[in-house]
Amino acid sequence: MYKLLLAWRYLKTRYIALASIISVTLGVATLIVVNAVMSGFTHEMRDRLHGVLSDVEIKSAKAQGIPNSSAYIARIREICGERLESATAIVRCPALLNFQFRGQMINQQIMLVGIDDETYSSVSDFKEYLLNEQNRLDPNFELKETGYDARMEIAGWPHRREQVEIERRLQKQYEEFYREQNGLKKPVEQVVIPRIDEQVGDDVFAPLPDSVPELNTEDDAIVVLDAPETNQIPSTVDPYSGQRAPIGDEFDPSTEHNVGIVLGLAIAHQKGRNPETNEVQDIFLCRPGDDVQITLPAANGPGGNLRPASAICTVVDFYESKMHQYDASFAFLPLSELQRIRGMVDMNGNRAVTGIQMKFKDGTNLDQIREELASTFPPMIHGFQIQTWEDVQRPMLAAVELEITLLNILLFLIIAVAGFGILAIFFMIVVEKTKDIGILKSLGAPNRGVLSIFLSYGLSLGVVGSGVGTVLGLIFVAKINEVARCIEWMTGREVFDPTVYYFTEIPTIVNFWTVCFVALGATLIAVLASVLPSFRASRLHPVEALRYE
Amino acid sequence: MNRPTALSEKAIVKVIHPDDNDSIDHQTHQSILTTKGIFKSYRKSNLEVPVLRGVGLEIPEGQMTAIVGHSGSGKSTLLHLLATLDEPDQGEIYFGDRRIDNLSRGARDRFRNQTIGIIFQFYHLLPEFTTLENVLVPKMIEQNVFRYWMNKKKYIERATYLLELVGLSHRLTHKPSELSGGEMQRVAIARSLIAEPKLLLADEPTGNLDRENGEEIMTLLRNLNQDEQLSIVMVTHDENIANDADHVIRLESGKVMRQAA
Repeated sequence: MYKLLLAWRYLKTRYIALASIISVTLGVATLIVVNAVMSGFTHEMRDRLHGVLSDVEIKSAKAQGIPNSSAYIARIREICGERLESATAIVRCPALLNFQFRGQMINQQIMLVGIDDETYSSVSDFKEYLLNEQNRLDPNFELKETGYDARMEIAGWPHRREQVEIERRLQKQYEEFYREQNGLKKPVEQVVIPRIDEQVGDDVFAPLPDSVPELNTEDDAIVVLDAPETNQIPSTVDPYSGQRAPIGDEFDPSTEHNVGIVLGLAIAHQKGRNPETNEVQDIFLCRPGDDVQITLPAANGPGGNLRPASAICTVVDFYESKMHQYDASFAFLPLSELQRIRGMVDMNGNRAVTGIQMKFKDGTNLDQIREELASTFPPMIHGFQIQTWEDVQRPMLAAVELEITLLNILLFLIIAVAGFGILAIFFMIVVEKTKDIGILKSLGAPNRGVLSIFLSYGLSLGVVGSGVGTVLGLIFVAKINEVARCIEWMTGREVFDPTVYYFTEIPTIVNFWTVCFVALGATLIAVLASVLPSFRASRLHPVEALRYE
Repeated sequence: MNRPTALSEKAIVKVIHPDDNDSIDHQTHQSILTTKGIFKSYRKSNLEVPVLRGVGLEIPEGQMTAIVGHSGSGKSTLLHLLATLDEPDQGEIYFGDRRIDNLSRGARDRFRNQTIGIIFQFYHLLPEFTTLENVLVPKMIEQNVFRYWMNKKKYIERATYLLELVGLSHRLTHKPSELSGGEMQRVAIARSLIAEPKLLLADEPTGNLDRENGEEIMTLLRNLNQDEQLSIVMVTHDENIANDADHVIRLESGKVMRQAA
């Protein structure tokens, strides 16, 4: 009884000891905050990495790809059985993207991914990352009237119509100007330019079709300006079907669009600061509704040589996985269109793909799946690269895990250092309390009683220290965004620059067991630090202790 | 160190024999404490300093005995031995007819806790506890948490009664630092009585008090001795106080000089 009461009284009256556990408190709080933020970041990152990538992917490095994907998928289904949830074939191909922004040509290197809009969403979180709300429900490659992200004040069909309107007005003005310059009278009638299916490789220099109508102008000197829309085709035409687009059919860019392409947001979007207000603002280099050109290596080059292929596409949506690595490079096209543009459709209409992505049921051992697939499709024969999503991101995941481990070790060392502080202060308290120990012993307190006074004192210090630390840490985690804002306000520097990170809030995850482990570990260190002084106290001779002044 | 001679041992046995009525003049009293040829020396670095050199005495039950002597005569050491706070190098100590000097550590702890009461010159109260709690400390030590809580009311009643007895019923919640020396010593006396001991050992109980307070304490002890039949052994260097006692044992250089009524 006296043990608990004394330990409690010591706790209440010895503030120096409380000071010694501030380091424990801070260590515990820091550990909890760091772990919460790190696991928040890791979870967010893994989630996004996994969301962007499918569970397992079979890649073919060959330009011609995998000829008969459905046969492969059937075989995979046979091997994996119940575990396989869905599989989809894709075409992946590096490409060059260019588009006009304020009269400037902008070039970007991108990774084109041809996807089947019906099945692709079943292997990854693709559709959740689309900005258009209709696409998020049912992704397709049609330009939409509404539903685009609020960051864009205008997008989709309204934007396209507006652009066409501006284009036409400019052309009109130019024509008027030209006429005035050349003393022409009559206005030029609407010039009808035939559609050209596609400007591919060497076809660029091919002569225009014969049936180009005579320019119906008064003056031969009129030059018809090259309007960008005029080179475009409706997306449904298959170049191998032998059927050309109906010549003379007018492509009206204000009501029609080209092959839909979904661009990674970071390709077309930047965050910048308004130099006047210093507010972060969104800058869109292009928007849904704009046309862009892609140039890519075709699979069917003559004699195996590289042949560039090119196509005009209309941006129909943006893709924002919030993983910059992907958002800055991925662009999605309908699988059939990309196969056509790349020339991956053979004479018989068989279509080749470059990869097969698979999604498995939760809890499936993906490494085992990889091994099974690798033994079924030996790399030496098929030339496949079979990777789980973790394999793809191994270096990054490993680095983050190492970082977390190191941080934990370092912070626990801080608590261990605090333990030595407790040790020193405890020795001091034992010296200070020598007389009390003598009194207790003279009144018949056994050695283990005195031992347990100081041990329970150490325990209660540890409990108080780690308890307060835990509470502080949890409050800090809960209010971390407010704290970040407060620090921003005090220092005038942004802690969490939204132009660098995609998160507007700092992600945190509090793991119950981590908190328990940290709190218990810190308490244990405090108890261990009190063991030695407690033993010393319990072994004091009562007469010596009473004589101590 | 010399062993006590067979002769001296025999003589003491004779002294303490209850039926031997002629041995000393207070034979009517049973002795509560008896020592036989106690030797005790302290070791300082390599030098052995003998403190007690064959102390044999008996302390009668129900009376007030004073042990007097100059500083360094070994009287405090003797008291510590009687209180089992220390062990003699040689010799035997009996409480009644139970030998206590060779008890195990736990048994000695229980002996101090439940059988005897001790008070000190410097009161030795726990500064973190209130008056009432200080008085309760021996009970807290004796009982485990559960049993203490079960009997808490009874103990507090007894402690309050004792504090009333020493005249401190108005000081129950004060800390020792808020009490005067005399009050602190009275708290220490109340504490020593909580276990209802038969023997009270006092180490210079008035040594740190002025005459008036010292006399009050002595009166209190005397009353306890008379009303409760409490045996009191008191170490003092004050002849006046020693004269109040029923018996005086005089120690000089570690030996009993005279055991007088």
